[in-house]
Amino acid sequence: MLTTNQNRFNALLIPTLSILLGFIFGALLMLLFGYNPIDAYQAMLMGVFNSPYFMGEAMRQATVLTFTGLGFAIAFKAGFFNIGIAGQLLAGWVAAIWVALSFPDLPRIILLTLSIGAAIIAGAVWAGIAGALRAYFGTSEVIVTIMLNYTALHLTNYIIRNVLTTGNTTDRVSDNASLSVGWLTDLTQGSRINMGLFIAIIVVILYWVFMTQMTAGFEVRAVGLNPDASTYAGMSAERNIILSMLISGGLAGLGGAVHGLGTFGNLFTQSGLPSLGFNGIAVALLGLGNPIGIFFSSILFGVLDVGAGFMPNRAGVPDEMADIVIAAIIFFVGANYIIRVALDKMQSNKTAEKGGE
Amino acid sequence: MAQTEKVIEMKGITKKFGEFKANDNIHLNVEKGEIHALLGENGAGKSTLMNILSGLLEPTSGEIYVNGKKEKIDSPEKANQLGIGMVHQHFMLVDKFTVAENIMLGKEKHRYGFMDDQGAEKDVKDLSERYGLTVDPSARIEDITVGMQQRAEILKTLFRGADILIFDEPTGVLTPQEIDELMDIMKKLTEEGKSIIIITHKLDEIKKVADRCTVIRRGKSINTVDVKETSQQELADMMVGRSVSFKVDKEASKPKGPVLEIKNLTVKESRGLEAVKGIDLEVKAGEVLGIAGVDGNGQSELIQAITGLTKVESGTIKLDGHDITGKKPRQITETGLGHIPEDRHRHGLVLPMKLEENMSLQQYYQEPFSKNGFLKHDKIKEYAKKLIKEFDVRTQSEESTAASLSGGNQQKAIIAREISRDPALLIAAQPTRGLDVGAIEYIHKRLIEQRDNGKAVLLMSYELDEVMNVSDRIAVMYDGKIIAIVNADETSENELGLLMAGVPLEKAKQELANKDIKAGTAGAAGNAVKDGKERETVANDESK
Repeated sequence: MLTTNQNRFNALLIPTLSILLGFIFGALLMLLFGYNPIDAYQAMLMGVFNSPYFMGEAMRQATVLTFTGLGFAIAFKAGFFNIGIAGQLLAGWVAAIWVALSFPDLPRIILLTLSIGAAIIAGAVWAGIAGALRAYFGTSEVIVTIMLNYTALHLTNYIIRNVLTTGNTTDRVSDNASLSVGWLTDLTQGSRINMGLFIAIIVVILYWVFMTQMTAGFEVRAVGLNPDASTYAGMSAERNIILSMLISGGLAGLGGAVHGLGTFGNLFTQSGLPSLGFNGIAVALLGLGNPIGIFFSSILFGVLDVGAGFMPNRAGVPDEMADIVIAAIIFFVGANYIIRVALDKMQSNKTAEKGGE
Repeated sequence: MAQTEKVIEMKGITKKFGEFKANDNIHLNVEKGEIHALLGENGAGKSTLMNILSGLLEPTSGEIYVNGKKEKIDSPEKANQLGIGMVHQHFMLVDKFTVAENIMLGKEKHRYGFMDDQGAEKDVKDLSERYGLTVDPSARIEDITVGMQQRAEILKTLFRGADILIFDEPTGVLTPQEIDELMDIMKKLTEEGKSIIIITHKLDEIKKVADRCTVIRRGKSINTVDVKETSQQELADMMVGRSVSFKVDKEASKPKGPVLEIKNLTVKESRGLEAVKGIDLEVKAGEVLGIAGVDGNGQSELIQAITGLTKVESGTIKLDGHDITGKKPRQITETGLGHIPEDRHRHGLVLPMKLEENMSLQQYYQEPFSKNGFLKHDKIKEYAKKLIKEFDVRTQSEESTAASLSGGNQQKAIIAREISRDPALLIAAQPTRGLDVGAIEYIHKRLIEQRDNGKAVLLMSYELDEVMNVSDRIAVMYDGKIIAIVNADETSENELGLLMAGVPLEKAKQELANKDIKAGTAGAAGNAVKDGKERETVANDESK
């Protein structure tokens, strides 16, 4: 019993320490280059929390990150490193906008369902390619998903310029395809926060139910933890690889739909892969694969992302520095393994000193 | 042992790992020229003690005297300087190198900066002749038998000037004949003035070769006894701390119709070579069929093919009348198979998962453990609790991870899961590997019980004693084929040993008959030949 309490304690302690260390490291960097870290962090936090608009923006960012974070997490649980979340998100974004632009006059509920459904399928297919290749040919999902990221990026730009329009930006989708919710927009004084937030909360719950209450989730976990024993117990490793990649990509695609229909309402050519995809990895790692943890770490990342914008103007920290600080925090989040090892060592030392009865 | 010069004296050695005392005030003294056995169950603290002696671990408290002088052995190099050498259980050899290269490793002979192969091989040859350890110095390690590899390992320690040799479970990987040869080598080494410590839990080996024996139980040294004056039973009782029954209680089997029928089965191993080469085998209801053989003769592949974990190249497998050739593991399991896998960590358990989840690993998708794709956690927990109680699995709770259990209890959990499904065929591969006497006793009893309930049991083990004690019939595998099937109560350890080395049954019988005649006159050799019926059955056949 003691050990489960200890584990629960660590489960909270590790991410907290990661975040703290990230902030401290960021502060040291700023000091080194002659900026005032307290001013900078104050600018960042106050910028967000003093304004309903920016709080809304942070939550909007967090919404998309929740999808990409959960998407990464489920593949990770099954033993895969789906680094292609960004590409799958783009695939979802394109699909959602494409459907929305094709049938602008359908009733809202139908159009939204169709658009979002198309986005989920597009993301799932994009990830499913890597999953199937891995399951049947043993190719590395890391390399395949990286490649598919670039394929998605350039395919998106091609579709925008040659299929959907001739320029670099598509038309805006009709109101029937928009995810914006009047009272939420008003509450946050015109931010782009949208219905995606509620979808995200539902998905967090569904994810938890799937992983802990359903046999399919049990299989995904078992395959991820020990594929040999799972095969021995009659589970199909191939099936579970593909299933978890489909869900992973589907969630990323859903994130793309929310980003497309909620944040922007259109699609434009991209110069690079959306950082929301990669930050999803950090979000999942910080949340230690727990859906509620992922939701909260998404909010943190949303705040960091939106708040970083205040550092140049209000604290004189240049854009680049702000990005470096955010990157440092992400680094420490990703490196939480080191913190875990250090903690283990400290705790076992303590018991060793106590020992000897 | 005329002189009683103490080469090693360990006084009051205590080693703590956290709160756990692996060694608790242990005393050990080894005299010059003796073979001193260190006997104890798994986890008793033998290896810890020897790691302290060879400089890999530092004791929390206690003193070590080597040749009468107090020493602090704080590194393996220091142990080396003091003439202490370890013959490891898992050989520390480079497969692609020759015997000579391995022995010289780190102390290579060179001339003008070039390797001096001839010189090295000559040195090795001299050394091997001196101690009667025949090896071919120019052979590559990967090409020679395990017994030969072990000799190379022994030569390596001798080459480094060891006077005190520690053998860590040296017989686990050897055939009976190789074991006899090793015993001779050990005796020869002591005649040359070396002293030997042998770590083991095999009582017959101690009786055969050791002069004195120190028994360790739960980290404490219990006693040091003269082996000649102590019976195996006494040694075992001292080791376990209670009276142990060696004999597996069982009545004659009453076999019925066949449950498993294998015809002309061929299986390839992972590198694409044929591992099972056209096997016919039948296991009947109400019998235990043992598969004996040296590791790597196709036993694992045979079992993986039956259980659906490996592709069947050709041939057919029938279980309970149903053709299961090429079927998926789940279909085979549902047809009526229970499988205690050889590698419990790799196949048997999902270690980071809860014990209760592992207990229903084969049934989670069926009612009552789930319904419409949703798990019934209360039913899973209830079932786990029932099995834990029934099979006496020692755990903090059913929510503990499988990884937190001891090896014996992990194995019990697997056995509970597999037996309680009441399969027509139970395959037990190395079911007692690494377990202590108590757990072994229990597992054997369960296997026999399964047989007595009219089920078929297929037992694969590298431990001859286990195969002989538990099985009704024994199939010996050699080079991917079944070289012979014998009745357990009509065979002997020596016969099986010859079969395992690839000698055909007729020839083996002949050879043993000749040996018996010779033994009648030569005396000493007769001890080695034991008839199956009067064989002292040794149950403590744990191996790593």
